[in-house]
Amino acid sequence: MSFDVERIRKDFPVLSRELPGGRTLVYLDSGNSSQKPTPVIETMREHLAMHYSNVGRAMHVLGSESTEAYEAARDKIAAFVGAPSRDEVVFTKNASEALNLLAYSLGNRSNTDPRFTLGEGDEIVISEMEHHSNIVPWQMLAQRTGATLKWFGVTDDGRLDLSGDVITDRTKIVSVTHQSNVLGTVNPVAEIVRLARQAGALVALDASQSVPHHPVDVAALGADFVAFTGHKMVGPSGIGVLWGRQELLEAMPPFLGGGEMIEAVWMDRSTYAPVPHKFEAGTPPIVEAIGLGAAVDYLTGVGMEAIEAHERDLTAYAMRALQEISGLKVIGPTDLGDRGGTISFTLEGIHPHDVGQILDDQFGIAVRVGHHCARPLHLRFGIPATTRASFYLYNTTGEIDALVRGLHQVQKVFA
Amino acid sequence: MITDSMYQELILEHYKRPQGRGLREPYEAEVHHVNPTCGDEITLRVHLEGDKVADVSYEGQGCSISQAAASVLHELTKGSTVTESLSVVDEFTRLMQGRGQVEPDEDVLGDAVAFAGVAKFPARVKCALLSWMAYKDAVVRSSAV
Repeated sequence: MSFDVERIRKDFPVLSRELPGGRTLVYLDSGNSSQKPTPVIETMREHLAMHYSNVGRAMHVLGSESTEAYEAARDKIAAFVGAPSRDEVVFTKNASEALNLLAYSLGNRSNTDPRFTLGEGDEIVISEMEHHSNIVPWQMLAQRTGATLKWFGVTDDGRLDLSGDVITDRTKIVSVTHQSNVLGTVNPVAEIVRLARQAGALVALDASQSVPHHPVDVAALGADFVAFTGHKMVGPSGIGVLWGRQELLEAMPPFLGGGEMIEAVWMDRSTYAPVPHKFEAGTPPIVEAIGLGAAVDYLTGVGMEAIEAHERDLTAYAMRALQEISGLKVIGPTDLGDRGGTISFTLEGIHPHDVGQILDDQFGIAVRVGHHCARPLHLRFGIPATTRASFYLYNTTGEIDALVRGLHQVQKVFA
Repeated sequence: MITDSMYQELILEHYKRPQGRGLREPYEAEVHHVNPTCGDEITLRVHLEGDKVADVSYEGQGCSISQAAASVLHELTKGSTVTESLSVVDEFTRLMQGRGQVEPDEDVLGDAVAFAGVAKFPARVKCALLSWMAYKDAVVRSSAV
């Protein structure tokens, strides 16, 4: 394997930054947001400096250059996730907006397509391991429509519990995470799709934690919708994606109304643009989309298989090293099958906020502490919070060694 | 390292051996306060005898700063008068909200001066203040009884 992590690290300027007090940065928080490589930064800078204008409407050189770059980004992202058509890639501001867009298209009285009608007696299925962004929009949908919200539980070792009849013939949509942002668990999408298909339900995946780290082919996954976000995949914040099957996107009502999403407007009614523009009201995050295009170019250049393999090695190394620390308990699967490079844990008798503060201040180690926007999952495990280390293509085993040293020091402070 | 100034020996002592922890009877008011950003929480009871703070009992979960602050609060308020205790709360609040620029009044604060370092960490100030705000709330409620 010709994966040269030291060469990759040179592409990310912030990784050679010195923190106040002369500490080296050890960035183990990519599950929260990833760092950005020079090609992404330069592409965005260059576009802002030399090509920027509004997209899809301006009849001049800059307008066409911007439009071309924005739409080229859509092509790149469609290819990156194996979308059968570029028109199936809808730009949103993040994965939360993508999931909200979808949730608002169900139970909308302006739409009579039976796949998207929702009311009392109908069921929405999620899981206990979801990020709040794949819980709250569905709670709100249930409140708006009177539909019932149900969920899969989570087993003690952090796997989705598919037993029981959670999905029934009343289920209209199943929306679950592809990879848990806390447990690292990669869920069995094929089995979930099979269960949902039997019930005639739609399937949505929150792929915010999988698309950045694994080769993902949306057509092969078999789901109807896949949401992900740019900032976790070496792209900028402010840009996300909803992929959906074209005929479903066409059958859905628009989400936000405004410029660019219309075909024709009268004072009392409008007709809408074809997908994906039907869902892209107003001036979109142009430079962010172009930056995300550069991000997928960069990831493709490194190779998603290589990135996945590197993270698998890091995860194996970290799992061994962390489990040797007394009083450390991993929350999530400890076996390496079907899991990604996110490891959450508790340290006996020490609150995660204290762990995070000492790791940061004394060692320059950035981890995330808290409930990671997955409070119900923490309630499930009877804990208020965890410390989470999440790895990406630029992390090294040396950084995991630093984390282990840091955790020993934390234990010394609280001994 | 700045955390050295935050994790004072005295704070760690109170965290490991909290004073007055546990909910006790009798009490005139019980309050439950949470810090939604980090999930720290405290249930706190106040028992007054006339103008005297006869007991402050509490149960909570959270980081060392929030739990040690509750322990120090118990020590400083129990046995004092309500008026005295509220002036300690005011001085502690002033110290915590002073972004590390406030010179604490040691005569008023006693052990609570150990939290001076916390004021430099805006994210942790709420941890230190959680139980103290709960106490203030409980005193107001018990006085209203």
